[in-house]
Amino acid sequence: MKGEPTIMSPRQITTPLLFLTPALLLLTIFVLFPVANTIYISLLNQEGEFVGLDNYAEVFGRRDFWNPQNLMEGKSPPYGASIHNGIWILIHLPLSVFFGLLLAVLLREVKGGAIIKSAVFLGMVIPMIVGGILLRFIYDKEAGILNGLLRVVGLGHLARTWTAFPQTILLALILGSVWIWTGFCMIVYSAGLEGIPVDLFEAAKIDGASRWRIFWRITVPMLRPATIVVVTMTLLWELKIFDIVWVIQRGGPGGASNVMALDMFLDAFFSIPPNFGTASAIATILTIMTFGFAAYMVNRMVKS
Amino acid sequence: MSRLNIVARLKKAKRFTILTHVIAWAVSLIWIIPFLGVVMASIRPLPEILNGWWNFEAFNPTLRGFFEAWNHPTAPLSRALLNSLIVTIPSTFIPILVAALGAYSFARFKFPTRDFLFLTIVLLQTIPQQMAIIPIFNIMINLGLWNNYIGLILVHSAFALPWQILFLRNFFSVLPVEVEEAARIDGASYFKIFYKIVLPLTLPALASLTALQFVWVWNDFFFAIILISSPELKLATQAVPVIKGRLFIDWNVLSAASIIVMIIPIAIYVALQRYYVKGIAAGAVKG
Repeated sequence: MKGEPTIMSPRQITTPLLFLTPALLLLTIFVLFPVANTIYISLLNQEGEFVGLDNYAEVFGRRDFWNPQNLMEGKSPPYGASIHNGIWILIHLPLSVFFGLLLAVLLREVKGGAIIKSAVFLGMVIPMIVGGILLRFIYDKEAGILNGLLRVVGLGHLARTWTAFPQTILLALILGSVWIWTGFCMIVYSAGLEGIPVDLFEAAKIDGASRWRIFWRITVPMLRPATIVVVTMTLLWELKIFDIVWVIQRGGPGGASNVMALDMFLDAFFSIPPNFGTASAIATILTIMTFGFAAYMVNRMVKS
Repeated sequence: MSRLNIVARLKKAKRFTILTHVIAWAVSLIWIIPFLGVVMASIRPLPEILNGWWNFEAFNPTLRGFFEAWNHPTAPLSRALLNSLIVTIPSTFIPILVAALGAYSFARFKFPTRDFLFLTIVLLQTIPQQMAIIPIFNIMINLGLWNNYIGLILVHSAFALPWQILFLRNFFSVLPVEVEEAARIDGASYFKIFYKIVLPLTLPALASLTALQFVWVWNDFFFAIILISSPELKLATQAVPVIKGRLFIDWNVLSAASIIVMIIPIAIYVALQRYYVKGIAAGAVKG
């Protein structure tokens, strides 16, 4: 950070500190201390005695959190909150990135593209709680348009409230969350596309390159920084998903839509007595995974 | 290239244009239909909704849903909306002021530990709310700020600082420093320079921060459900699950409630769209 504009000699420290004090106070009390304290609590039992990593072992021993048997035997969920987050990432990440890129590229050349972009982005603007209500509505047996479509194409016997059954709720919510999140990917890719020099495309066109070739040889490589942002932000969002799961079925039925953020929340604030130790362990696991991805992004950004 | 070849290429290009329009509009329809559905459901009686909001054999528009959501017996939106405003407005402006001061310090002053402090704050951006909420809950209980808007506003303010400081420091760094130096030579205090010269130049960035932070706080559910518990203090996002209920759903009332709660962030987004999108595209992140 050398060579930046500066209006102060290096020795004085009072003024910069005065400017920083409110921010440092708030961050220390409500972010830094709580984070450290959460790690500490995750090492204590209910009586406040130090128990090492026992809480972590207990969390992984719980079927709410880690239940791969059903998955191995090909049964329907619950597979446990952590595995549900993993499935979420496996399905939601590629679909969101694909649709986001597709819309960003297509809507540039389409009449009315700006209006469509605003509409798609609305999913990012509305409260996630309301987003959950919209999904529940789409999937409703009588009132939902998905079942309406099924009836039109003669598959009316399949009609059901898709979020009411352990076999279908997880997939229904994951696909629904693609609808909510794609706007973010689209906006970041759109901004990335603006940054590619037009000459590049024109030169390629004059050379007779096909659209397909231009897309793969110019657009995709030039969007690499945007892709890193999109992928990381999407991963973090998937790890922390909470609101829509809560409002639709509170993780049910039978834990089939449970996720880590919800599991932690239920453990800490909906159990009697509250299990702060294991809830803190879940929060710490969640944060370590988040930091892993974030560090990966920062690393990639520094390199490119 | 022969003439025939050019004609063939033009034809191909035209076909491609039609194809992109069809795909784009088809995909976009998927994104628009749910909003259309909730708007239709909010103005139609329940039997018509259960028959499909896209069916128009009977169509008797009504505002009953809006009326009942507004005056709901256990979660009146009239109250919840006001509560959300009371929390959201200070939670938007307090962190922006605090972050602007801090970011200015990082951008213009040199002091020991500056780079270390800045890096730490940037890293805090990715801390999930879940990682801090249990101690925050304990702190608020001890301070008597649990179930109290002051507690919630403080937490929202603190969690907004990392991304806002990063955003503003980047903005300040590219502002020309000469005017500030001249003012300094003329004897202006640092604080006076900050609010007389720097802040006015920062308005576009402040608009981005306002738009994003307002919408994020308004939409928050996680902090609210843990820190606010009295029915009369509940925020708009907390009212929605109550209105939904657990067994029977009145889609007319619930759709109206959804529209009332989401119309405010949508209005902010529409009014400040350019700034909102700029903030998102600049990689504004929050835990």
